[in-house]
Amino acid sequence: MSPERFAGKPAGGLISPAENTWCPGCGNFSIQHMMKSAVAELSEEEGIPLENFVLLGGIGCHGKLVDYLNVNSFYGIHGRSIPAATGIRLANPDLKVICHVGDGDIYAEGLDHLIFAAKRNSDITVIVHDNRVYGLTTGQYTPTSPFGFRGRSTPGGITEHPINPLELMLAAGATHIARGYTKKIRHLKDLFKEAIMHRGFSFIDVLQICATYFNLTDYYNAHAYELQEGEVDIGRFESALGKIREWDYDREAPIALGTFYSVEKPVYEEKFRALTAGKPDRRALVRKAIQEWR
Amino acid sequence: MSEYSILIGGKAGEGINTAGLSIAGLFSRLGYYTYMYFDYPSLIRGGHNFALIRASEKKVRAHRTPVDVLLAFDQKTIDNHRDRVRDGTTVIYDASQAVKAEGYGLPLDEIREEEKAPPITGNSAMLGALARVAGIDRGVYEDVLRATVPAKHLEANLRVARRGYDAAGEVFTVEPLAAPALPVLTGNEAAGLGLVYGGLESYVAYPMTPSSNLLHFLAARAEDLAIKVLHPENEISVILMALGLAYAGEKAAVGTSGGGFCLMTEGLSLAGMSELPVTIVMGQRPGPSTGMPTYTAQSDLHFVLNAGQGEFPRLVVAPGDLEETYAWSATALMLSWKYQVPAIILTDKTLAEGAFSFDIGAVAPPPDQEPALWDGAGEYRRYARAEGGVSPLAFPGREGAVVKVSSYAHDEAGFTTEAADDVRHLQEKMLAKGASLAAELATYPVVKVYGPHDAGATIICWGSQKGVCIEAAERFGAQVVQPLILAPFPVRQWKEAMIGAGRVVCVENNATGELARLLRQHGFDPGRPVLKYDGRPFAVDELEARLGEVIA
Ligand SMILES: Cc1ncc(C[n+]2csc(CCOP(=O)(O)OP(=O)(O)O)c2C)c(N)n1
Ligand code: SF4
Repeated sequence: MSPERFAGKPAGGLISPAENTWCPGCGNFSIQHMMKSAVAELSEEEGIPLENFVLLGGIGCHGKLVDYLNVNSFYGIHGRSIPAATGIRLANPDLKVICHVGDGDIYAEGLDHLIFAAKRNSDITVIVHDNRVYGLTTGQYTPTSPFGFRGRSTPGGITEHPINPLELMLAAGATHIARGYTKKIRHLKDLFKEAIMHRGFSFIDVLQICATYFNLTDYYNAHAYELQEGEVDIGRFESALGKIREWDYDREAPIALGTFYSVEKPVYEEKFRALTAGKPDRRALVRKAIQEWR
Repeated sequence: MSEYSILIGGKAGEGINTAGLSIAGLFSRLGYYTYMYFDYPSLIRGGHNFALIRASEKKVRAHRTPVDVLLAFDQKTIDNHRDRVRDGTTVIYDASQAVKAEGYGLPLDEIREEEKAPPITGNSAMLGALARVAGIDRGVYEDVLRATVPAKHLEANLRVARRGYDAAGEVFTVEPLAAPALPVLTGNEAAGLGLVYGGLESYVAYPMTPSSNLLHFLAARAEDLAIKVLHPENEISVILMALGLAYAGEKAAVGTSGGGFCLMTEGLSLAGMSELPVTIVMGQRPGPSTGMPTYTAQSDLHFVLNAGQGEFPRLVVAPGDLEETYAWSATALMLSWKYQVPAIILTDKTLAEGAFSFDIGAVAPPPDQEPALWDGAGEYRRYARAEGGVSPLAFPGREGAVVKVSSYAHDEAGFTTEAADDVRHLQEKMLAKGASLAAELATYPVVKVYGPHDAGATIICWGSQKGVCIEAAERFGAQVVQPLILAPFPVRQWKEAMIGAGRVVCVENNATGELARLLRQHGFDPGRPVLKYDGRPFAVDELEARLGEVIA
């Protein structure tokens, strides 16, 4: 458990000595390595000290990522990374706060927090490892599993349709919305960097291969394409919505990868800053309040 | 001894609470110690609200059934409170409401119309009439109005108050005392001020009676007290936000009641495992489930003692009055940081929303407690093994430190582990912190004893029942013993306090005797139960009668 990350090349030192327990071929590896590179590159290019990054994990295979990187981390509970992330950002505006969450984790258990963080434009980054199945609990359906998906809790196939999380986030007020794919790693890394640097709530749904329970590699390879410059007007809600609706996580359609929406809005945490600035002597303030009561 | 009880009642929406506080303020200005109990159903308009104000030369923290003055805005107030009216009770009522009563009828509609005053000024007419009945100088109630009514409406209120004053006659005389005018605060306000004194930087809460007023108070005073006040989407978010704040180095507290605390239990377990400090103000009300939102109970003791999965130490404090609420809110917050454990301040509606004279002079300043911080030497390990189980803290952003906290079983650096040795050490470290906390608490007076020690009779109580028990005990010359800390339970101090206790009774605002059960778990005899579980606190005379049945 050594902090060698401070010596030599940062990216190399960012891998922790924790034993990796993901299945061979799991899409989480791509996300982990691209996050590591994104952090290292942002540190170098933007001068952000490594100690100012904080990773949060949900519960599921995805959450293990925070153990595997030698970066500040808050390994929380199922679906609850986002409020903790908001608390961290409230306490320290210098921190870059990044939530790694699962699709079961955040679209089922933690959906309220996700929507509200988008609504309030909390300055955090949410990266959904959307393998469209519960990995760690061995293969049940999630809110983004396609119609008819046969999971261990629904052997006859689900009769619900998936939610389109990008559409949901757009409606909720997210100010930065993107989609990545774990087989397009360089693209993924750029999406990560862009999202982390966005001031406000940023959201990336990462189509992640679950090698064991839901391997959609062939399907994604056949349908996914990278958005080109000018294909969507990322400053316009309607333009983003149109592109986001092209594929609904259910029927056959081209699957766009890239940034769909990115706008600037006031950041939630900022409006609280002035209140606690400058180390006030609160005890004196309490005494004063009592002395001058009503 | 001079002592007065006043009741003011009317429909919800008529500002009975504010009117009650003004009456408390009136007596407070004359140097009296005051207490106000506010009774209201969970509705916004209509129904029946009443405030019972008691003022006395000595400390009062409970009400009595009979009243000296009954102020009625409606017939319900007259009818519902017939048992409080004795010879010598003066009734003042709104004569424009077709109220049948004997006493001073104030034509409030007429007064308001003639004075071109808004409806709410009816309260000022009542205050004026009360002042006249009680022989209180006009200047005193005018002062109270000046301090409480917004400038815009002050003149109208003063005019209406004067009409009330002129319409009544002097019945008795409240002599001004030489004592200082103490501020009248609610338990919630004392808790909020205490938390800030203890170092609070952020307060996070979702509204729930009886803790909402703590949220409102701190939000209104956020700038004066230099704190952030946050109201997120639900209680799950509330406690997780607080844990995020704590992880990043900011002292946070949350407030709720039973239903909200249910939602917080997963965050509470996370606080236990990740060793992140959080202070929870838990205002009890009757359950199960929504129960009676605006009434009182002491029925969540075992819930807060046992909430969460797994085994981890926690601090549970149950203050019994404002001074204890203030001091122990500060101390609980500081100790939660020193030992990196969750701290729960257990109040109830009686204490949280009750108003009391607050005597800051009677509060010994809570001793300072500092969390152990990392000295920067060597490699930082968040859960480093340390003397007493407490690992030094560093926060993200600190150069040279990788700060990893976790809900999983973890090693010293914070990495997930399921290795037998590691998890055993982890559990032992948590238990060691609990032992260290218990040892520190042994140096504080956390079992309070009142009254003569050789009385041959002892009344046990906790939390808000302290005041009523001390007062009722006087009748029997009994001793009162009150545990301030319920976890870790102060076994040694309890044993000492109970030597020669004689006949023992245990007074609680619940149906099953929750403190009694806790005492039995620790091998102590809780004596005979005296319980009340109708959502209302004991009146002093009521408790005297109940005690008479078991200890006289
Ligand atoms: C409150 C709670 N409920 C259930 C679980 C059990 N659980 C652990 S992981 C998981 C699902 C994870 O699915 P997902 O978020 O999609 O993550 P993945 O494992 O696929 O990365 C569940 C239900 C839990 N840990 N906590
Ligand atoms: S179950 Fe799926 S998501 Fe989990 S580690 Fe294995 S491949 Fe990855």
